[in-house]
Amino acid sequence: MTDEPQVAERGTGADPRAELAVAVLLVLAGLAAAAFAVLIVADPQTQLLGATLGGALACLATAAVLAAKRVVVQELAIEDRHREDTARPEDDEALAEDLRRGGDGITRRRALGAAAGVAGVGLAGALVVPVTALGPGLGDAPNQTPWRRGRRLVTTDGDPLRADAIEIGSFASALPEGADKRELGSPVVVVRVDPRTLRLPRGRRGWAPMGILAFSQICTHAGCAVTLFRYPVDEQLSEGPALVCPCHYSTFDVRQAAKPVFGPAARALAQLPLAVAADGTLVAAGPLSSSVGPAWWSVKR
Amino acid sequence: MRGVRRPLGRALVVLAVCCGAMAAWSGAAGGQSQPQSPRPDARALLARGRVLYAQGCASCHGADLRGRPELAPPLRGAGAAAADFYLSTGRMPLADPTDEPERTQPAYPRADIDALVAFVGSFGGPGIPRVDPAHGSLATGMAKFTEHCAGCHQIVGRGGIVTGAAVPALDDTTPTQLAEAVRVGPYLMPKFSAKQLDQATLDSISRYVQSIRHPDNRGGWGIGNLGPVPEGMVTWFLAMAALLAVARLIGERAP
Repeated sequence: MTDEPQVAERGTGADPRAELAVAVLLVLAGLAAAAFAVLIVADPQTQLLGATLGGALACLATAAVLAAKRVVVQELAIEDRHREDTARPEDDEALAEDLRRGGDGITRRRALGAAAGVAGVGLAGALVVPVTALGPGLGDAPNQTPWRRGRRLVTTDGDPLRADAIEIGSFASALPEGADKRELGSPVVVVRVDPRTLRLPRGRRGWAPMGILAFSQICTHAGCAVTLFRYPVDEQLSEGPALVCPCHYSTFDVRQAAKPVFGPAARALAQLPLAVAADGTLVAAGPLSSSVGPAWWSVKR
Repeated sequence: MRGVRRPLGRALVVLAVCCGAMAAWSGAAGGQSQPQSPRPDARALLARGRVLYAQGCASCHGADLRGRPELAPPLRGAGAAAADFYLSTGRMPLADPTDEPERTQPAYPRADIDALVAFVGSFGGPGIPRVDPAHGSLATGMAKFTEHCAGCHQIVGRGGIVTGAAVPALDDTTPTQLAEAVRVGPYLMPKFSAKQLDQATLDSISRYVQSIRHPDNRGGWGIGNLGPVPEGMVTWFLAMAALLAVARLIGERAP
């Protein structure tokens, strides 16, 4: 039992080596962060980016810990209440000495402050420069797709997709022949259902020859590729045929023109009207029915 | 006593080998999609299948194999491929018809499955497809699996979900069961015709699925082999523990 508060005893005075270490760490943090900002523009390799940004933060954290433990004075001093009548001239001398020592401290503090400034500028750069990675505006891209009337559907190998290759209850991925397959509007998913079960909107009656339907493969919620197709053996015992997005399980009823029936997607997938050419291959009978991909400001339907 | 047991054990082994050989032979015989001319033993198999069907399947699928509404689909035209898939993976028989069939231990011994497969197959439909992983190309298999299968089954065949059903893992799937599933499209799975995925592609996919059972985990720990999401999760947990240790190290108790 003691009335004295229990505080860890620590060195209270200047520890020049610790101060130097903190200053060096702060400068290193600033330099590493600046290197990150340069690399993200010049040579964005993820491992280098991770090493520089992570290194900067690690240096900063180490500097903070070291400063708290070894540099910032944390002595416990209990001063008796000052009384006028006990003032003595020799106390003035002691006060002046204290002030001089305080002046020494200010230069140390300036050095540390400058180092912290370097770190701050570097990290601010690392924070601001990645903004340049944001691409140009999307513009009319969701409405500009390679699909035109008469364009053939090809498999990922580039072979024409034949209508008889798609059985009822089957699905395939397809691309526009001769177009850039990396374009947002290019990939479509082709599914086939029993044509008698179709419930397409009135204007789209002829869009699904033999029950074969094609929809944009880009989910209207977050732009993932809709790669899951479920087709029940017995619809009375399980869910009906639908395309499902693997990211957030948006589910699109293919017989109702990919109307969303579950999940976060709000718009139907864009439908591609199909026709079967004389040689049995599938061709587009027109452009996609609506904008491709997630809802943007410029996307109305 | 031992002198008596040993010949008995040997006889059992010989019997088991014979049964296995018969099962393999009858499986191979079922590979032809056209109904073969009924041989005497095939006729016996059919008769056995009819009895087993009446006992174990007819209550839901109907004695005439036409199914029953809201209980079970018809089996006419389902074919030997579907019958062998559902029975050899233990998905049928199903305790509750509204359950999703899941892979379990087969309820019937192989000989009974062969009899049931022969019986259901005699009502038409696709035969048990042939598949030979050794003839496949691993690279083609991976490309085609990625395009057609990985959307639901994941790139390393660990399974997942679609809305309304669980997607099974492919850990225990034999090449034949895989080929059957591809051609038949069980439960909610779409099916793929030979025009869409030809025999060579099927062999390749089957080889790839065999290869992913024991993936080469370079880091030593696969973390489900599901990719960056679980890996990131684990990283977060490890980082959390490290941060706690650091906090413990640099902190001190308040006075």
